[in-house]
Amino acid sequence: MEAAAAGTNYLNNGYGVTSWLLTKDHKRIAILYLISITVMFLLGSLFAVGIRVELLTPQGDFVGADTYNKLFTMHGVVMVFFFLIPSIPAVLGNFLVPMMIGARDLAFPRINLASWYIYVFGAAFSMYAMLAGGVDTGWTFYTPYSSASSNTNVIPMALGIFITGFSSILTGLNFIVTIHTMRAPGLTWFRLPLFIWAHYATSLIMILGTPVIAITILLVALERGLGIGIFDPALGGDPILFQHLFWFYSHPAVYIMILPAMGVTSEVIACFSRKRIFGYGFVAISSLAIAIFGFLVWGHHMFVSGQSVYAALVFSVLSFSVAIPSAVKVFNWTATLYKGSISFEAPMLYAMGFIGLFTIGGLTGLFLSSLGLDVHVHDTYFVVAHFHYIMVGGAIMGYQGGLHFWWPKMFGKMYPEGPARIAAALVFIGFNLTFFPQFVVGYLGMPRRYHAYPDEFQVLNVLSTAGASILALGYLLPAFYLLWSLKYGKDAGPNPWRATGLEWQTASPPPTENFESTPFVDEDAYEYGAREAHVV
Amino acid sequence: MSQHHVVPLRIYFVIFTALLVLTAITVVVAFIDLGAMSDVVAMAIAFTKASLVVLYFMHVRYSSGLVALSVVGGIAFLAIFIFFTMSDYMTRTFFESFAL
Amino acid sequence: MSDAHAAVAHQHQFDSAEQQKDAATLGMWAFIAQEILFFGGLFVTYIVYRFTYPQAFHDGSHHLDITLGTINTAVLIGSSLTMALAVHAAQTSKKNNLVFFLVATLGLGSTFLGIKAIEYSHKFHEHHVPGLSFDGPPNMELFFSLYFAMTGLHAVHMIIGAAIIIVLIFQAQRGTYHSAYYTPVELFGLYWHFVDIIWIFLFPLLYLIGRH
Repeated sequence: MEAAAAGTNYLNNGYGVTSWLLTKDHKRIAILYLISITVMFLLGSLFAVGIRVELLTPQGDFVGADTYNKLFTMHGVVMVFFFLIPSIPAVLGNFLVPMMIGARDLAFPRINLASWYIYVFGAAFSMYAMLAGGVDTGWTFYTPYSSASSNTNVIPMALGIFITGFSSILTGLNFIVTIHTMRAPGLTWFRLPLFIWAHYATSLIMILGTPVIAITILLVALERGLGIGIFDPALGGDPILFQHLFWFYSHPAVYIMILPAMGVTSEVIACFSRKRIFGYGFVAISSLAIAIFGFLVWGHHMFVSGQSVYAALVFSVLSFSVAIPSAVKVFNWTATLYKGSISFEAPMLYAMGFIGLFTIGGLTGLFLSSLGLDVHVHDTYFVVAHFHYIMVGGAIMGYQGGLHFWWPKMFGKMYPEGPARIAAALVFIGFNLTFFPQFVVGYLGMPRRYHAYPDEFQVLNVLSTAGASILALGYLLPAFYLLWSLKYGKDAGPNPWRATGLEWQTASPPPTENFESTPFVDEDAYEYGAREAHVV
Repeated sequence: MSQHHVVPLRIYFVIFTALLVLTAITVVVAFIDLGAMSDVVAMAIAFTKASLVVLYFMHVRYSSGLVALSVVGGIAFLAIFIFFTMSDYMTRTFFESFAL
Repeated sequence: MSDAHAAVAHQHQFDSAEQQKDAATLGMWAFIAQEILFFGGLFVTYIVYRFTYPQAFHDGSHHLDITLGTINTAVLIGSSLTMALAVHAAQTSKKNNLVFFLVATLGLGSTFLGIKAIEYSHKFHEHHVPGLSFDGPPNMELFFSLYFAMTGLHAVHMIIGAAIIIVLIFQAQRGTYHSAYYTPVELFGLYWHFVDIIWIFLFPLLYLIGRH
């Protein structure tokens, strides 16, 4: 293998559009994903703006009811399938998994590239569905409305999701094989960074769960297109069967969205406490436990649907149990912070925000797991607030924390710390102002997916929309300073955070082959105490 | 983990014959009234045939534990899916027989 | 052909041909695990509706041709045998045998698809195709929706398999596969056997309901 010329890294190793669009380098593919999912996030946010503007007033006056239905449907579809599910795995996972295990690339680079093209192709289908007038079924596509009655563009949207599902499956497949077969010499399973454990667990869910939504959404499309009648009540079809098929994936999907953020949090907490993660083994195994238990609880989305009460009881009990491994992580992160040498760089702000907001989101999940309580809050804003605490307060903050933490590695430039901290604060404040009122208003009975509501809920809704505008600022700011940093940022050097981990043992940005020579690992992860004496 | 094990041809022909025999049996048994056991027998035969294909044609018998785990894992999660879904359908009218 | 294939080239991300083969094999098994769940959704649907409408499934099954179904099952099992023999031929560097068995697998697979096409045309003529002027009790249309969805998805997998076999045949003719490198043949064999296993379950579930 020829030595790279001085200054050659994966970014300048070949210029031109084709060198990027036909790349097999996992790092370039990560950047391609970064651009695509940012575009989709922007799109999903625009739909959210529409929703929050409408909800400023109790009457349905900004948009009509049908349009409102389309807004929340497309907000959900875009954010879940085209932003959250790929986000950390496709951007940070693709970039870092090979590096963290000392490999030159993923096991299947061409499949990795194919997975990005499949994502883009699926996104194109769904954009077509949106431009052609949108979909109004809710991101949950419940039948028989989606399969028979709705007169919106369900088929192209369904096909878009079907196609993009394979992007997810192939990414998961790539990660699992890579982690099993390409670890550097000396890198045993229990020396792996927790980011890797998190992505391994996530990949298990991607492989086992995604095919089920694929076949389900395909059946909906076939039913609409060919009238094959599997969900048609007139033929004896059962709408609840659709819900079983849908939620078997869509519940584990929320763990696809949160586990990688938990992996990021472990890395950031350790680095900015200068301490090993407390209870490493427990945190590692808890990722697997979340992945496995997550498949046993889907019926908690169906407590009021007509499902058997006895099955609901079992799902309720199991849903309580799935909180346990998550709690293990929260306790262990907290114990890591205790007596740590803590500093508050932007990634750490996001990570600490993650722990608090994820905890609130998780605890409210227990409210929803209680069968009796759920009867009252199902389909209210309580549920909406719960999942936004986890998805936005949790997953997106994890993504932003990770993006900031590894930005210097990916681009060789430091982002400006001052604006970054301000952005983190804006996100935290804006987020809580947006979504905490929704717990209250939901508990008081305001239903979700309605564009009009009783007058007494207006104040809280106005607060929520105000919060959303602050949150939007918090998201826009990084777009500016991160791009600014690419040209004007301080040079980062290989390890600006003095972090442990193989990815920090090579240049920033890394050379195409990642390492000059294959590293050998002879210590556990997060050896912060021992390393403080060394200058990297 | 690499399997370079070359399975003797004889084994393939034995398995093939077994599969054909089991197919014949499953068809013949279908015409016998076994009541509720019909489904159990049919699935037992199908699982046996599938196991022969997995173990010998797909070489899992000669492969690593990880490969076996992938097979078992996939089946286990499908089993979970079936079990919990049916726990809904089979208990919807569970207590109707109890007159109150 | 002598086994004078010393260092088989491997892709740059791997350290050895052995690591590449291990990775490729695990990758194919992960893909198969995913396929189990992909078909699994249809199996769950089948079980739910058979439990709910036992009579409709009984009647629907009787409208399927058990002879053609049995023949097809034997054909597919035969194609699994020829595929296993093809892998064996590649492992022992017997190029002509490899090509022969790949062609045989393709032939048997095509026979299966041909018989399936005949069955589908029967269903079309008997007005048992859902959504196309279906003639029969409503719940039986559910059975046939599942019949077509499950056997249709299976057939799509077979067609994709057939296309891949054609590529393998061309490569085999050129001597690409031998005892030091036969991974594509072996991994395709895994895929083909898996598709066979799906049919091993579909046959009794669709064709053999309440035949006494």
